[in-house]
Amino acid sequence: MKVLMSGNEAIARGAYEAGVRFAAAYPGTPSTEILEEFVKYEGVYAEWSTNEKVAVETAIGAALAGEKAMAVMKHVGVNVAADPIFTVSYTGTNGALVIISADDPSLHSSQNEQDNRNYAKFAKIPMLEPSDAQEARKYIKLAFKISEKFDTPVFLRSTTRVSHSKSVVSIEEPEKYKDKTGFFYNTEKYVMVPHCARLRRVEVEKRQQLLKEFVETFPENKMEINNPSVGIITAGMPYNYAKEVFPDHSYLKLGIVYPLPEKLIRDFASKVKKLYVVEELDPFLEDQIKAMGIKVIGKEIFPYTLEFDPGVIKNAIEKNAAEIVSPYKEKLSPRPPNLCPGCPHRGLFYALRKFKAYVHGDIGCYTLSYMKPLEGLHSCICMGASVGMAHGMSKALKDKGKGKVVGVIGDSTFLHSGITPLLDMSYNNSNALIIILDNSTTAMTGMQEHPGTGFTLMGEETKKVNLKVLVSALGIDNIKIIDPLDLQETRTAIKEELAKDGPSVIIAQRPCALFKRANIKAKPALKVDPDKCEGCKMCLDLNCPPISWKKGITKEGSKRKGISFIDSTICNGCGLCQQVCKYGAIS
Amino acid sequence: MGENEVQSILFAGVGGQGILRASDIICEVIMEAGLDVKKSEVHGMAQRGGCVTSHVRYGKKVYSPLAEPGKIQTLVAFEKMEALRYLKFIKNDAVIIANTEEIYPPEVNMGDVPYPQEVIAFLKKHYGKVISFNAAELAHKVGSIKTANVVLLGAISNLMNIDKSVWESVINKSFPEKLIKMNLNAFQMGINA
Repeated sequence: MKVLMSGNEAIARGAYEAGVRFAAAYPGTPSTEILEEFVKYEGVYAEWSTNEKVAVETAIGAALAGEKAMAVMKHVGVNVAADPIFTVSYTGTNGALVIISADDPSLHSSQNEQDNRNYAKFAKIPMLEPSDAQEARKYIKLAFKISEKFDTPVFLRSTTRVSHSKSVVSIEEPEKYKDKTGFFYNTEKYVMVPHCARLRRVEVEKRQQLLKEFVETFPENKMEINNPSVGIITAGMPYNYAKEVFPDHSYLKLGIVYPLPEKLIRDFASKVKKLYVVEELDPFLEDQIKAMGIKVIGKEIFPYTLEFDPGVIKNAIEKNAAEIVSPYKEKLSPRPPNLCPGCPHRGLFYALRKFKAYVHGDIGCYTLSYMKPLEGLHSCICMGASVGMAHGMSKALKDKGKGKVVGVIGDSTFLHSGITPLLDMSYNNSNALIIILDNSTTAMTGMQEHPGTGFTLMGEETKKVNLKVLVSALGIDNIKIIDPLDLQETRTAIKEELAKDGPSVIIAQRPCALFKRANIKAKPALKVDPDKCEGCKMCLDLNCPPISWKKGITKEGSKRKGISFIDSTICNGCGLCQQVCKYGAIS
Repeated sequence: MGENEVQSILFAGVGGQGILRASDIICEVIMEAGLDVKKSEVHGMAQRGGCVTSHVRYGKKVYSPLAEPGKIQTLVAFEKMEALRYLKFIKNDAVIIANTEEIYPPEVNMGDVPYPQEVIAFLKKHYGKVISFNAAELAHKVGSIKTANVVLLGAISNLMNIDKSVWESVINKSFPEKLIKMNLNAFQMGINA
């Protein structure tokens, strides 16, 4: 049967067809939909783990019990999970374990564009890379077969373009699930103390040799000999881009990007005159092929940065492409993403701004507040970093930093990796203020559950962590809970907590305006009274999408040059602008 | 549209306009019609007021979900000024379908810069065929402004050699029972626009 599927839907489908019934993940674009789709299948267990490290460890545990298990994350999530990944490469997996890394060339939704193929080489774990949804379904099944056959974890690498492109997929009936779970004791294999790990280290190299032989005849490493004057070695989505513009060239399309089939590559190189390696980001294939002593053209003509498209490849190879220009020469006003109407973060950042503190940000919607006019935060590195960075800065600044260093972090992000640095703050007597922006969900990736929501990915009701009790248990004595849409309350709390010695935590609690389960009844849209508006533009400082400004509407006896308007079709009635207006013009 | 050449449609607009839904529907239609199809877009920031684009490519065999810049044959602008943003991706003789609805970007909302003037006239001057109408108004007439995306699909269907019954059957499958009639009406509005 043929269906239209995204790469992520196809990965979920393929895993299900392969008899996989166990998966763990932490949401992150572009990987999130894989588990959201997988959980819909009959008889599966799938969970949002608290972070990617926990997801991988959970999957390892299941694999050691004999399951076929899958751990899913975005590229930077693999950094969080790197610790167990490098050592499960030594122990092997007993059942089967596939780790999915969804990379993000062009940083569509990420803080960096690291090339996770490097992890495969670094951790000595084979990696498959599909080029579209049809291959994604096929390759996830092959990945599990390889994991079982070689007792190794296997990576499946996707990219944003594979995960979020849709194409026609032929689906098959799933394998019948066979319960192979049980207790498998083998301490020398699974207890990685130095003595045992040294023994396993040798096994890893033996496995590497077997895999190198295996990939030589792996059918998804495909040679297409067309015109022999030009050969292209490529993998993943760039294969499609190259085929689009050079359908007549010869290709070696690699289904496995690590380890490489050396003999096959030599054979292909001998069949073509000029050889290119087409790959996004790092010269991962190129460096290894060059190390074989094979002459190839790669990053001297192709970009290191950002994702490709067919034009990038054509222009790099043909060099004579005319620059494509738009006939429209005026500057077009940009549409940067913005906090939604009614977003609770807007109130918090509007209030916080007045204190002129250095604000460390974290990963979530609230990062969008860095832009004018809110300019709500001044740093953002990775999940959980705001807490440790605020602590470090406050320590370094000593008295100068008193009352001036803040970290802001979302509820899901705090539970992901903010707990340990907050414990560090209390342990090392920090002076910074941490604000937990608790909107009751993982909003940025599309409302996923987490330990603070009271529900699991399977839709079951569960224990809901009490943030105040948790923070208190970490040793923080100064804790306040506020509503960030109440500006006066928010300002007062920030002022009081910044003035205190020692670490403080403010929990700003208000569900995301888009969170359906919170059942927030949008209040009636607000209106500007044109007789009362003085045109001071204070409300525009909120950067709220429905609020606009019209020039030229003057008033007798007033210096105003125009007035504010509120678009009633998108106003959520949150009331922030009402609190900001000094003239009582909004109601 | 040529028989063997891969066809590319670029949808462009603003988060919340139903662009991804519309491009999903068109892909299903193309698949039902027995052709190969791929589409690509970037999720994530879309809901938060940003620009949204979706590439749809179809033909006998499609490799890339992204078209080569400068080679796109059809541009569907869900918002008027968004047409201007992607002109370098389309062919000189491309067909442009433009919703004349205006959604102001933040700088325009703040009164800092004006909204671009004479957009349709500019497009007509530089491109072969420009089909423009206010899809939001037509959608409002059939009962909900939210069906503007389906109105635009009606206009696109006139350019494609796929039987209208295939479109209608996919629309039937794409919406909850109570919304089907309204969306079929919206589709017809687009055909007649």
